Amino acid sequence: MSKATSTAAMEAPATYGIMAEFTDSSALIHAAEHLRDAGYTKVEAYTPIPVHGLDVAIGHKPSRLPWLVLAGGLTGSSGLFAFMTWVNLVDYPMNIGGRPHFSWPAFIPITFEGMVLFSALAAVFGLFLICGFPRPYHPVFNAPGFERATTDGFFLCIETSDPLYDAAKAKSILTGLGATAVNEFSE
Amino acid sequence: MQSSKQLKPPVTETYDSLLAPGQSLNSVTTKISDIVLFPVLKTPVGWIIGFVAAGLLLMLYLYSLATLFTVGIGIWGINIPVAWGFDIINFVWWIGIGHAGTLISAILLLFRQDWRTSINRAAEAMTIFAVACAGIYPLIHTGRPWLDYWFLPYPSTLGMWPQFRSPLEWDVFAISTYATVSVLFWFVGLVPDLATLRDRSTSPIAKTLYGLASLGWRGAAKHWQRYEVASLLLAGLSTPLVLSVHSIISFDFAVAQLPGWHVTVFPPYFVAGAVYCGFAMVIVLMIPIRRWFGLEGLITMKHFDVMSKVMLASGMIVTYGYFGEIFYAWYSSSVYEYYLIVNRFTGPYAWSYWSLILFNVLIPQVLWSKKLRQNLPVLFFVSMAINVGMWFERWVIIVLSLHRDFLPSSWASYTPTFYDWSTYIGSFGLFFVLFLLFIRFIPMIAIFEVRDLVHKTTAHTADHEESGHAGA
Repeated sequence: MSKATSTAAMEAPATYGIMAEFTDSSALIHAAEHLRDAGYTKVEAYTPIPVHGLDVAIGHKPSRLPWLVLAGGLTGSSGLFAFMTWVNLVDYPMNIGGRPHFSWPAFIPITFEGMVLFSALAAVFGLFLICGFPRPYHPVFNAPGFERATTDGFFLCIETSDPLYDAAKAKSILTGLGATAVNEFSE
Repeated sequence: MQSSKQLKPPVTETYDSLLAPGQSLNSVTTKISDIVLFPVLKTPVGWIIGFVAAGLLLMLYLYSLATLFTVGIGIWGINIPVAWGFDIINFVWWIGIGHAGTLISAILLLFRQDWRTSINRAAEAMTIFAVACAGIYPLIHTGRPWLDYWFLPYPSTLGMWPQFRSPLEWDVFAISTYATVSVLFWFVGLVPDLATLRDRSTSPIAKTLYGLASLGWRGAAKHWQRYEVASLLLAGLSTPLVLSVHSIISFDFAVAQLPGWHVTVFPPYFVAGAVYCGFAMVIVLMIPIRRWFGLEGLITMKHFDVMSKVMLASGMIVTYGYFGEIFYAWYSSSVYEYYLIVNRFTGPYAWSYWSLILFNVLIPQVLWSKKLRQNLPVLFFVSMAINVGMWFERWVIIVLSLHRDFLPSSWASYTPTFYDWSTYIGSFGLFFVLFLLFIRFIPMIAIFEVRDLVHKTTAHTADHEESGHAGA
């Protein structure tokens, strides 16, 4: 695909992408929308704050995390409720003053806590799973000035895996969109 | 780097805004991360003195626990009929303190209250450490803590299971869930800030440790999107959780048929009391911290004003509960309920009931005055009074109900012993050791959330020193 850059890529290490820095979030969103409309698909933004609308501007799909959390919550609540029912009806039924074995209202607090516990575990570990954490190293850390992405730098990266990737063209587009610095960086 | 050592300039207080004017993304990040990122050998003397003092209290705590484990709970003042004493009073007191942190981090997130931003991290840390202090009490009050795994449903050779219909067993699930979810929520909130520390630290050891802890966070748009979804879901889960935890703790009392315990108002009354005491503790911790670390620009007088109002509101709910208890005693026509109130007003422990009214009902009324709300020494004093008052509330509920129940032949009195006090005072050692470690190594204010607040309030003006290239 990206044969145009293959000569540069021959020198190890390979180029990972081109990173542009913007001064603020609105310029970044504008640039991301422009790239999305121009047909770029391997684009990612890196920001020090959550920027609302940026995921749509880039073209990310909505997260499936809520479904995972729902599954966790149903597992925790139904699992514990079924367990308590089994204990009190099957495994060790005890007749205390003629009260029913299946006294389900008394099982609700633990059912509820099980729902919360398993949902929260699903939310946190699902987040890590979807984000691919832990991953202490990533090529974007090689981009010049990228340490500012966790302070006040707004970055936009086009990866070489994008079918439209062309360093010179990308650089001119990004500069035209208001990037203050545009650099290729290696893996 | 020297921010915590330089001579303090006169403080200019901000009254009407959540941030002092003139902040940028870079300035708030530098301000907060520099409190953490300086060499270990240059730790301020004040921190070391505090840490040593807290460490000594922790030693007292460990000594008390070691004595408890080797001798038994006979070293405490509890006996029949007052079989719950300092252990359960302090358990409820500590866990109540923890609830303010969850309220600030979760409920106020759902209500989109921006004022939570500068205080949520420290309040959540307070929650976790307070829950640790609280959780130890029910474990040790069994007398044989090495058998505490009996609380858990596991397939034992005895063929027995815990009693799932008992509020005491609900407690096991509620508190362990609360502790787990609080830690997870706190850690997820920390990840972007740990990445900031990784990128700003100059020491290779700090870089490696913060790098490992931040899991490789790089602020990708996709990650932020998932992150915000996860935060919102965790907040949505924590909100009913925190209400359920203190409700379940109140069931420990309300499900029993003892006068003074067997009332339906207990769940909301306990939750309001927890918020009351927890906010008081947040204020007690924040007033000195913001002064020592020069955080007046981030934790402003407006924060204290809002927290005082929450305290006043929850205090009024608690006060309503106190009047409610008197009303039930009369309206129920039960001689036992009626005698309980007479005993509270005039009995041998009447001093504790009137202290409770003084600290929780009368003194906090000064918060109606805006001038006094914004006077930090007064606010500190009121908050301390509320902490003491809420401790008395649990004392009144537990000891006064137990020591004189239905049959006068079984009446007795309760006097705490040295070990009751040393276990209680020592638990502050555990709390403050953990809290001091937290403010030394972890940003005590959520940096990325403050950046977000700066970004929102400066409304797209340039974030850099360079000429602003604001987008269209």
